[in-house]
Amino acid sequence: MAVTISIPTVLRTQTDGQANVEVDGATVGAVFDEVISRFPGLKANLVGDDGGLHKFVNVFVDDEDIRYLDGLDTKLDDGASIAILPAVAGGA
Amino acid sequence: MIAVGVTTLRLTRHQHAVMVGHCYDGLPDEACGLLLGPMIGGVATGVITDTRPCVNADASARTYTVAPKDMLRAMRAAESAGVEIVGVWHSHTHTTAYPSPTDVRQAVDPGWIYPIVSLRDGAPVMRAYRIVAEVITEVPIEIVA
Ligand SMILES: [Zn+2]
Repeated sequence: MAVTISIPTVLRTQTDGQANVEVDGATVGAVFDEVISRFPGLKANLVGDDGGLHKFVNVFVDDEDIRYLDGLDTKLDDGASIAILPAVAGGA
Repeated sequence: MIAVGVTTLRLTRHQHAVMVGHCYDGLPDEACGLLLGPMIGGVATGVITDTRPCVNADASARTYTVAPKDMLRAMRAAESAGVEIVGVWHSHTHTTAYPSPTDVRQAVDPGWIYPIVSLRDGAPVMRAYRIVAEVITEVPIEIVA
């Protein structure tokens, strides 16, 4: 199950500058394990202290936020495109 | 990649008006939007190709969060235009155009430019910054034709 992950600019320091990474995996969690094994520096940005999705990151599979799907258990179709996006916020 | 170098934020009159206008449209809440443009070495060049008003998912006068769906749309638009998301602007409805401690702590990307539009006084005031490792550096704004 080959899928494409798009990496936001701020995390490309961890992916040798690559904007898109192709990986295999049947779920978002499996794909994350795979991409983290290739680029270990991504782990701290993708995974929270509780082992779930980091709270400052949003992950979309095609056009759906995985928080409204099955989170890291969300199943992937071949050719799916996964977008990792930083949460962009501030105050006053 | 270490973010170095100083850029000038170059905005057309139209882009400037879109940014300020969106801040007024958001009142009484804070408003936010994303800037697209080229990057070199992971740092915004200061050239802006698109200003994209976004929904403030917090719907708050004190904080903003760019709606994740707007972030996704901006990322896709950047991809198809061959540019990047290079910054986020937001309004300060009751304070000056200077990054708050929260803005600094939550600054996402050291390569981005962070314009702030203050609506505190009669006329809007826009200033822009880089925020690198919690250090604030002002970026001059040039209005180009
Ligand atoms: Zn602010």
